Parts: sequence; structure tokens; C-alpha cells
Amino acid sequence: MHIAEGFLPPAHAVAWGAASAPFVVHGVRSLTREVREHPESTLLLGASGAFTFVLSALKLPSVTGSCSHPTGTGLGAILFRPPIMAVLGTITLLFQALLLAHGGLTTLGANVFSMAIAGPWAGYAVYKLLRRYDVPLMVAVFSGAFVADLSTYCVTSVQLALAFPDPGSGFLGALGKFGAIFAVTQIPLAVSEGLLTVLVMRLLVQSSKGELTRLGVLLAGKQARTETEAVAR
Amino acid sequence: MSRNTKINLVLLLVVAALAVLPLALGLGDHKEEPFAGADAQAETAITELDPDYEPWFSPLYEPPSGEIESALFALQAAIGAGVLAYYFGLRRGRRQGEERAMARQEADDAGAVSAAGASGAEGA
Repeated sequence: MHIAEGFLPPAHAVAWGAASAPFVVHGVRSLTREVREHPESTLLLGASGAFTFVLSALKLPSVTGSCSHPTGTGLGAILFRPPIMAVLGTITLLFQALLLAHGGLTTLGANVFSMAIAGPWAGYAVYKLLRRYDVPLMVAVFSGAFVADLSTYCVTSVQLALAFPDPGSGFLGALGKFGAIFAVTQIPLAVSEGLLTVLVMRLLVQSSKGELTRLGVLLAGKQARTETEAVAR
Repeated sequence: MSRNTKINLVLLLVVAALAVLPLALGLGDHKEEPFAGADAQAETAITELDPDYEPWFSPLYEPPSGEIESALFALQAAIGAGVLAYYFGLRRGRRQGEERAMARQEADDAGAVSAAGASGAEGA
């Protein structure tokens, strides 16, 4: 659930746009380089974008009695690194802002920052950290996707609290309010997103071993074999 | 069913359960508008925090009804699901094709060896 059109004061809208722009420009460069150097990865890039498309169209009920939707950005961040996800996430957000009146053009910068930049980077960092300590692949994938999803909505809450501090309790009071709306609602959805990302990653391990090895998700050699075997069992 | 398929099915079932449970348990019953979007709630919270705030821009295009909106959301999901299905279908087909080609290659090799063996025996 993104910040609706016109619901950020102009100064904030411009600031978040300025913060996001360099990431998206850098992402476009990474994306064109990836496609030029590895044309065969175009398909998997498309699939990663498609995963974000599906997941961010699914509005799901949550324990708070309200609805929200996952982001689907963890998968692409793990496969292709976060800069590329900045582009794929922006495309999804543009589609929703232009056709669905969901999110908006004036809030695009802020929404890109939370969903296409902060979320993917946070998820990727957690995934990488866990992998460094030899945590099993699927546990790391679940955690990465969970964190990418949840942190997106934590950032949204911070963005709104900065723009609309509580008259009495200030920024922190407002953060509590928006956090209760976005972040708490998002917890079970982040679990769902983690599970779905694990599902897709399992299918990828079965179908696209070569590609995953090239991207460094599966390591060449012994470790890769044991992990594929664990999935194939 | 292979163990693999079973694990995948369990993953899907847990996701479905997570989505259905809040509805089945009636967790939205205490709300005026049960299971409204979190973004709409945020808009309400903004007007509570800052009653003077007026949204200064409105969407260029707004779906004229809830039906059209849900149609467009379904379209978005369908595009994504279609591309994903294309990807996995293509991979599966390619792998099967490779396996078949490899099997044929092996059969041909075996045929060539036995043919060579037969001609060798003739020469001797």
C-alpha cells in the first residue's frame, strides 16, 4: 500500500524524488549492462519483474482487520542485486499510479524509495549476511524476502510521520500511528511473501541451475550440489 | 507425488491459510469498514493529524468504479502470472528437449559402436 496521490506536501515529494532519482538512474545502467553482457538473463529479469507485478496486485487481508499487499521485490534483489530492482519496482509503481490510481505521480519518489530502494537493499543485506554465515539457502531467501517486504512499509511509515508529525507527541507519536496501520498489518503478509519467494526459488533451483550459479545464488562445486540435492530430495 | 511437489504444495497452503484466517476469525468485525486498504486508513490518519491538509494533486486517471479497478488489478496479476508461467514452461520444455537429444545421441553412439564392431568382425 503506497502513499496516495497528493498526500505528501510538495517539499517532501520533491525531496524523496531527488533521493530516489540517482538510485533509479544507476539501476537503469546496471540493467542495460546486465542485458548487454548476458542477453540470456533477459528472461529471468522478466520473471523477476513479473513476480513483483503479481505480488503487488494481491491485496490480502491481515490480522489487523485491514488489507495490504506484498511487494515481491526480495526475489529480484537476491537474484540480480538491488540496483536492478530499483528499475523493476519503479515500473510496477508507475503502472499502478497511472492505471489504478494506486500510489501516485507526486508520491512516486517516496514510494520508489520505500519499495524499490530501501526494501530491496534491506532484504539483500539480510540475505547476504545469512549466507556469509552458511545459513541454508532457503532460510536466507525467506528472511531476505520477509525483510524486504516489511522494511518497505516501515519506511512508508517514517515518510508519513516526517510529513505529518503528531501535534502533541511529534514525529514519534505519528510514527507509532502510521506504524500501527502499515507495519503491523504487513507482518503476516511479509511471511506470505517469504514463503512465495522460497517457492519460486525452489522452482528456479530445479529449472535454472546454470543461471543461478552464474548469478552467484548457487555456488559452483560441492556446496551447490548439496543444496540442489536438498531441494531435489 | 514427489517430495518436492509436496513441499511446494504445503508452501502454497500455508500462504492460503494466512490469507483466509483473518477473514475466518472475523478479525475485521470491530471495524467500521472491515478489511479496508491500509492506504485509505493512512489517509484518514493524515486528516486526523493535520485537519487542514488538502491533497494538492489528484490522479490523472481514476478507474470509474470498483469493478473497473479490480479488473485492472486482475490484469496486473494476470500479466505477471503469464510471464512467470512462460518462463517456467520454457525452461521445462528446454530441459526435456535437451534430455531427449542426449538420449538420442547416446542411442546413436551405441548404434555406431555396434556397427563398427560388426564390420570389424567381418574384416577378421
